[in-house]
Amino acid sequence: MKNTIKICLALIAFLALASFTNVGGGHGYHVGDIATDFKLENIDGKMVSMADFKDAKGFIVVFTCNTCPYAVAYEDRVEALNKKYADQGYPVIAIMPNNTDVKPGDNMEAMQARAKAKGFTFPYLMDKGQKIYPQYGATKTPHVYVLQRTKKGPQVKYIGAIDDNYQDASAVNKRYVEDAVDALLQGEDVPVETTRAIGCSIKV
Amino acid sequence: MNQLVKLVILIFLSLGNGTTSSNSVTANAMGTAEEELKVLNFEELQSYLNSKEAKKTYVVNFWATWCAPCVKELPYFEQLNTNYSNADVEVILVSLDFPKHIDSKLKPFLKKNALNSEVILLDDIDSNTWIPKVDKNWSGAIPATIIYNKSRRQFYERSFNYAELETELQQFIK
Repeated sequence: MKNTIKICLALIAFLALASFTNVGGGHGYHVGDIATDFKLENIDGKMVSMADFKDAKGFIVVFTCNTCPYAVAYEDRVEALNKKYADQGYPVIAIMPNNTDVKPGDNMEAMQARAKAKGFTFPYLMDKGQKIYPQYGATKTPHVYVLQRTKKGPQVKYIGAIDDNYQDASAVNKRYVEDAVDALLQGEDVPVETTRAIGCSIKV
Repeated sequence: MNQLVKLVILIFLSLGNGTTSSNSVTANAMGTAEEELKVLNFEELQSYLNSKEAKKTYVVNFWATWCAPCVKELPYFEQLNTNYSNADVEVILVSLDFPKHIDSKLKPFLKKNALNSEVILLDDIDSNTWIPKVDKNWSGAIPATIIYNKSRRQFYERSFNYAELETELQQFIK
């Protein structure tokens, strides 16, 4: 009996370790890679893919959630990005990557409530089964990928933070995502292709 | 009569002394609480990330009160600090709490949990500059930990339990 418990504990420890190693950095997309499309459930119950956006020139894909203070600090700025760029061909698609068993505050009902309270105008999708975020290589919320549509598929043009001041939206100096999308709209090279910011680890 | 006056003065003085000393104790206690929380920018923090004392091994953990897996593993870092204090190991807890939450969240948390390890608040918005300086492989997700001494340095973007943490540390102090 004791041995069984020990074996079980060892197994749990091993699985826990294995699940952590999966999250490790170094995997996922780099700038220049072609990103996978997805088919994920939106807060309105409909399934959403990039392919649904026939007229889009690209996408601002934001891995985000309800429960991370950094993600919350950026909610209004994500909404502003969608307002500014959806009509210009770069809509925001937000994806919630957390395991909702670990973070019930990120479940579908909570996502719907948050989107309603904040008046999100962009799709807020659930990465059910957590299959998409590891392909992108997202490690935290918020984590942004700016994609440009090419003949080969949506090409990764920028990975990182929204801007350089998580504490104070009014004191931002560098608007990394806006600079990237503006450059793409002008047919220019993205000035800063990757940035790093603190965020909440994605809950597995 | 004289004796009585002397006695009254004596009592009065001793009472006065008592009051004064208890006041100063309170002031000291508050002073310590203030001192415990250093608020540094990254440049100021750097001395904690590079051998302060050559013989010591440092375990630097990046965390925040709002980060559930960080809070979960804090007791293990505390335990490590206690168990290895005689082995020249020092744990430093670098909080990434929002500066506006120092008084409302961080200080009450520190008071409630009575942490023994040194806690520093890193207040530096330019994370795109300093994250790669902590480690080139750090995506910015927390919890994250560095263990280092004069001869070895290792970065971990992951959570720990006590056994895992101890196993890593032992590679530095064997």
